Amino acid sequence: MKKLMLLAGTALALAVSAAGASAADKLKACWVYVGPIGDFGYSYQHDQGRLQVEKELGDKVETAYLENVAEGPDAERAIERFAREGCKIIFTTSFGFMDPTIKVAKKFPDVKFEHATGYKKADNVAIYNARFYEGRYILGQIAAKESKKGLAGYIVSFPIPEVVMGINSFMLGAQSINPDFKVKIVWVNSWFDPGKEADAAKALFDQGADIVVQHTDSTAALQVAEERGLKGFGQSSDMAKFAPKAQMTAIVDDWGPYYVARVKAVLDGTWTSTDTWGGIKDGEVVMAPYANMADDTKALAEATQAKIASGAFNPFTGPISDQDGKERYAAGVVAPDGDLLGMNWYVKGIDDKLPQ
Amino acid sequence: MLEAFILTVITASTPLLLAAIGELVVERSGVLNLGVEGMMVMGAVAGFAVTNVTGSPLLGILGGLVAGAAVSLLFGFVTLTLVANQVASGLALTLFGLGLSGLIGEAYVGTPGLRLPALDLPGLTDLPVVGRILFGQDVLVYVSFALVAAVSWFLFRTRAGLVLRAIGDNHGSAHALGYSVVGVRYLAVMFGGACAGLGGAYLSVAYTPQWVENMSAGRGWIALALVVFSSWLPGRLVIGAYLFGAVSILNLHAQALGIGIPSQFLTMLPYLATIVVLVAISGNRRATAFNTPACLGKSFVPDR
Repeated sequence: MKKLMLLAGTALALAVSAAGASAADKLKACWVYVGPIGDFGYSYQHDQGRLQVEKELGDKVETAYLENVAEGPDAERAIERFAREGCKIIFTTSFGFMDPTIKVAKKFPDVKFEHATGYKKADNVAIYNARFYEGRYILGQIAAKESKKGLAGYIVSFPIPEVVMGINSFMLGAQSINPDFKVKIVWVNSWFDPGKEADAAKALFDQGADIVVQHTDSTAALQVAEERGLKGFGQSSDMAKFAPKAQMTAIVDDWGPYYVARVKAVLDGTWTSTDTWGGIKDGEVVMAPYANMADDTKALAEATQAKIASGAFNPFTGPISDQDGKERYAAGVVAPDGDLLGMNWYVKGIDDKLPQ
Repeated sequence: MLEAFILTVITASTPLLLAAIGELVVERSGVLNLGVEGMMVMGAVAGFAVTNVTGSPLLGILGGLVAGAAVSLLFGFVTLTLVANQVASGLALTLFGLGLSGLIGEAYVGTPGLRLPALDLPGLTDLPVVGRILFGQDVLVYVSFALVAAVSWFLFRTRAGLVLRAIGDNHGSAHALGYSVVGVRYLAVMFGGACAGLGGAYLSVAYTPQWVENMSAGRGWIALALVVFSSWLPGRLVIGAYLFGAVSILNLHAQALGIGIPSQFLTMLPYLATIVVLVAISGNRRATAFNTPACLGKSFVPDR
């Protein structure tokens, strides 16, 4: 129904602007999503951010969104359409929207653009991302404390830096508790195939893992954990209602505070092209309630979360060696952001070959 | 370990087998319906929705079956009554199913589902090793095998099956003999839709009890390939579906074991295996030519 309403809404908006009626006192903020907002994951979380903008800025803004926009030429049309329709700030939320965003931004210098997860900036294009790896370090510590076998299964999508960074951070967290902690990695080569994710979880459990971690979008793996009386973590959204006994916590993307701040900046005229990579400290990475774990594990997780939030600790602090034993960062050295964003190697202790 | 492996192979293969056995009958009647993916995903959303509303997974399965048959009727109307191109209409049916299921399912995203319970026969299910595998599956696994047996019997042992095959092989002659080509094809298309709907419902009610957009994730296309793989013989279809399921599960286990083969290669293996077997089968030209319904994909316009 929402899709129909959106269509109707768009038609109405066109009609209104054609009639010359003035909605000019409202700032129009627009979002372009790669998936359906009903995916209970990535695009869903971005849309929650949009709703927060509506809630907090009330009648100062009006918002619009397009979902299921394919990366590539379609994206350019979608973004340009928004620019023509009077959007003053446009958020494009997928890596593949990067070049289309830059292209459209050149044509509309008065419109502000914000691109998530990319690296190309311009005078009217800002970029933003979230430090999910901070949360993954905490997951690693919880896994190491709670696993009876010292072995976790890790279901992953594609070997891109974001995912590799997450595996490494998880492992560093686990090793900080149990230096011999092991992880079994299964690539499903899909962001989203519940059946395959469930089978991967079963395979990992059958081979001795008692905790499952995922970097894929569905709740299937957690449901398998729930059935087997084992544990796991949610991804993108709080998935506790799918696995009330299995989910220990989840990394939740909360874009709301960032979106509110950026739309406000446009309202105040203080908007500049920035490069934001927010984490736990900024409220962009939120941990779902800690549950189904021992009290001391929970205390440890909360302590680490507080240390990361205060800026006192960064998961990628040396000494860190890679898989082959070569020291990448000496004791006390913090890996620079640029390294993280291009990460294509495993830390020591991971017994898997990185697909090249 | 082996038991666990076989159990996952069965659940991974069942939706493929269900969708493919329906399509086999459709193609035997001379109709090429490429909309299996769309019918499956409609079955999945209907299965989840009905289960959610009624609280009964069995009714949900039934709902999936009806939904699959209902959208297949649309395809039947367009290709059999309006005589539109079957390939284009089938592709359109897939796109239509994916879109419509997303729309219907929007309210159900993020809602936990109910799982179709597995069979539990005291005594039999507790048998070591074979107990869970043979007597502990959910009902649809048995239905899938019963369907294969029934289709096999129907096609090759009954007069009606002979008529259906005759229509697929030469609709002109069958029509001249007085058989209702369009009528039989309508029934076959609906049967195919119902089976695809069952396969879809299996995904959202038995395999992973949840609804998410596009949750069929390409299984409809695999089912289509399996029909060709089986050279339109039900027995070979079982082998194909289970081979495909086994290789995909093997991929996951091999990775977890840390065998140093690139995961992309392992992911490709089931498809590779399908191609290899296709090539092997088509080496025997006479057998393939004999099995392929001669009128497959050809529209029929009765002379009035």
